Amino acid sequence: MMLCFTLNGRAVSLDVAPDRRAVDLLREDLGALDVKEGCGTGECGACSVLIDGVQKLSCLLLAAQLEGCAVVTAAGLGEGDAPHAVQRAFAEHGAVQCGFCSPGMAVAAAALLAGNPQPTRQEIRRAISGNLCRCTGYAMIVDAVEAAAQELAQANAEEGGKP
Amino acid sequence: MTKPPAPPSPPRADALQKAIGAERYTFDIQAEDCLFAGAYRPGAAAKIAHGRVRAVDAAAALAVPGVVRVLTAADVPGANRQGIVHKDQPVLCGEVIRHCGDPVALVLAATPDALREGLAAMRADIEPLPGVFDPEAALKKDAPQVHAGRKGGNLLLGALIEKGNARAALKTAPVVVRGRFSTPVQEHAFLETQCGQAQLLPDGVLDMTVSTQSPFRDRFEIGHALGLDPFKIHIRAPHLGGGFGGKDGSTVQCLLGLAALKAGGRPVRMVWDREESILAGYKRHAVRLRYALGAERDGTLVALSCRVVFDTGAYAHLGAEVMELSMEHAAGPYRIAHARVEGRCVYTNNPVAGAFRGFGVAQVSPAFEGLMDELAAKLGLDPLELRRINALSPGDENSAGVRLGGSVHLNECLDAVAAHPLWTTRAQWQAEAPPFARRGVGLAAVFNGMGYGRGLADMAIAKVELTGTGGFLVYSAVADMGQGNSSAFAFLASQELNQEAAAITLLQPDTERCHPSGSSSAGRTTYTYGNALLKACAAMREKLLARGAAILMVDRAQDLELVPGAVRHPATGRTLPLALLGRLLHRDDRLAVSEFIMPVAENPPDTGRAFMIGFPHCIFAFAAHLARIEVDGLTGRVRVCDYLCATDGGRVLHRQGFDQQAQGGAAQGLGYALFEDFRQRDGNILTRDLSTYLIPTALDLPDMASLAAKGCEQSGPRGLKGVGEVGMNGPGPAIAAALYAATGAHLRDLPFTPERVLAALKKSPRGRRP
Repeated sequence: MMLCFTLNGRAVSLDVAPDRRAVDLLREDLGALDVKEGCGTGECGACSVLIDGVQKLSCLLLAAQLEGCAVVTAAGLGEGDAPHAVQRAFAEHGAVQCGFCSPGMAVAAAALLAGNPQPTRQEIRRAISGNLCRCTGYAMIVDAVEAAAQELAQANAEEGGKP
Repeated sequence: MTKPPAPPSPPRADALQKAIGAERYTFDIQAEDCLFAGAYRPGAAAKIAHGRVRAVDAAAALAVPGVVRVLTAADVPGANRQGIVHKDQPVLCGEVIRHCGDPVALVLAATPDALREGLAAMRADIEPLPGVFDPEAALKKDAPQVHAGRKGGNLLLGALIEKGNARAALKTAPVVVRGRFSTPVQEHAFLETQCGQAQLLPDGVLDMTVSTQSPFRDRFEIGHALGLDPFKIHIRAPHLGGGFGGKDGSTVQCLLGLAALKAGGRPVRMVWDREESILAGYKRHAVRLRYALGAERDGTLVALSCRVVFDTGAYAHLGAEVMELSMEHAAGPYRIAHARVEGRCVYTNNPVAGAFRGFGVAQVSPAFEGLMDELAAKLGLDPLELRRINALSPGDENSAGVRLGGSVHLNECLDAVAAHPLWTTRAQWQAEAPPFARRGVGLAAVFNGMGYGRGLADMAIAKVELTGTGGFLVYSAVADMGQGNSSAFAFLASQELNQEAAAITLLQPDTERCHPSGSSSAGRTTYTYGNALLKACAAMREKLLARGAAILMVDRAQDLELVPGAVRHPATGRTLPLALLGRLLHRDDRLAVSEFIMPVAENPPDTGRAFMIGFPHCIFAFAAHLARIEVDGLTGRVRVCDYLCATDGGRVLHRQGFDQQAQGGAAQGLGYALFEDFRQRDGNILTRDLSTYLIPTALDLPDMASLAAKGCEQSGPRGLKGVGEVGMNGPGPAIAAALYAATGAHLRDLPFTPERVLAALKKSPRGRRP
């Protein structure tokens, strides 16, 4: 089938088998290697992407389900080439070790902050609980998301304060 | 919302690249025209863990469009045996399968879909053979033989480490506590499953990219298994998506090499999916332990007697080597005059066990610390005080008879826990348990030997290059599985060469351009390579100053200094930019290569003779851990409320990296202690995916505090010791101790599942209170 959607803001249109997994479409057909796959059964969250702003697991989605959607991967979270505040905070606060979960984790964290700009630590833990990390023990990831929330709040305040 | 603490160190060099998804792992490397290889493992579906291979039928698979070839044992050149030390594991099984994940064929296909269909169309006729799934049953005379005709039967190795006369001392010890313990299989569950790509190049070189902890050694394992010249095997090891020991030694390597040999020069990719990773990957050894610990009435330890039985599964892999560390650490980080530790490592038809963070030590820690708690209870001593009385100090002899010449700061770790509010306020905190809940606070003291031990050189060879544009390349030769060693190398080089971080480019291991430096394992990675790197950087500095002196016409090189981007003559302020020096020097002259070999125990004790390599160790990391838990009295569910690690890893080079290792190790240890319940029946795995084998999520783990003892290991780079392993060893015993504080029951079998906790609660006299 012909499929049209946007990937990280760029319009794509391609001919694809409708039952192709979204993760394969993204990685193999479109080269979005920032989307990882850790289990293929929706348990690990490494393949998380934003579909119209909502965190989804691309290993459980079929290509056809992307029709008309805005798909954002870790590489597209920031503005232009600049990383998202969450990604910068991940790096600064030790949230990254092997890093294989990090793109999906960043997607989960960015989705949280978009809907809840001032989450508690427990809310952060809940929001990332579908994303497994085997290296960190999560505490530094929670630190990083808190720090990103503060940074975004500050940036918004400055923005709002402008004449 | 509380303000998070400021970041304690400069960020890891690899972190942002990974967070934005730009890092390319082996999993991401896929050549345009590659074939896809997959192993056919018939035991899993047929529920046969031990069977004779009567026939392998590939006809239907070969009829699937896109299937290119099907290979069987008959196609394997060479020994068809892989293994790190003992070569006993077929690449493809021709006659017998010995565990449910053993492969009998390798399918090559043009697309992943064709591969999947081809694998589904494969048939094999496997005649079930009686299997043996219990290591103690496997030692009985009439037990089925896992390796028929093997001298020694199912006993891979029996060993003894002995000091003094433990039997006699136990007879006269005023107080003796005894117990049987068990520790379970644990799955590594790295997020990036085992994977790689291989291609046979026209010049006969087998070119591979693999998610591996041991690229240099892999060449020899592959070469032996497939009858290839190891020096015509070229392996690259990009950043790993986790390893933890499970990628030490061949996973996909031999299968991939075989596929590449038969692929007509096309690249071949192999990725194990999660189920295959669990089915065929190496796991932590399950161990049974019988302990007796004797002490004086004042708590001074006198004697330990212990027997461990290791289930290595169908193949040796690193079974004997892991057991060695168990035995060497069996008495805990304590002074003890008499110790007798017997070990038996046994073949069964269970999945294959191997290296896993805490390498044998995580298995014995719940036992020695469990008995320390029972001893404290029996003597009416404070458990922390009992540990202080006996804790190893500098210059002490450990239970294996090795005098500790390296840094030993266990007492500082214990002091840090003793002074911490999580410990000092424990009585009140426990008393404030909410309705239907019980609270407990427990602690544990642990240690972990560093390096390969005596008998094989723990060596690294570092290489640094001044580039033609005045920057520096550091050729890391030890894989980075996520622990951050490559970032540490870049950090060390930038300090030692006095250059900006941006001037240092870190290259990942590649057997063609780096020098053999061992595996990423054993808490040795940053220690051994880091030492070699500091030497190489010092040699580089000396060379650049000497060349600079000649060019600047300064008489003495020592009058110059290396500053960011230049060689400088402080007396006159003249500088020679490194970018110019890089262009002036021939490439041969822009290199510095230096080696380091880890020291070994001098005058090793005359025991542990069964271990040809690896015994004993002489440098140890230490830690004291504390857990605060809440037990749901109705369900038996344990919630970890707070966790504290105080770690002696020598001098801290990079605080954030240090804390990452402490917290990450503790997290895996908490999974091992509480959640990860690997189930198998007659050699068949019941927990085949991450929805049945549960690793901790963000909701299962608490915030953790990490403290660092102020020590310095004289032999270490900038005074550091390896801290990758020791954090894994604390949670098992710390949680057991907290459970005892909460329930009055000593739990001796990991994991402490709600069922086990509830059963213990029902039996415990304190458990029945309302």
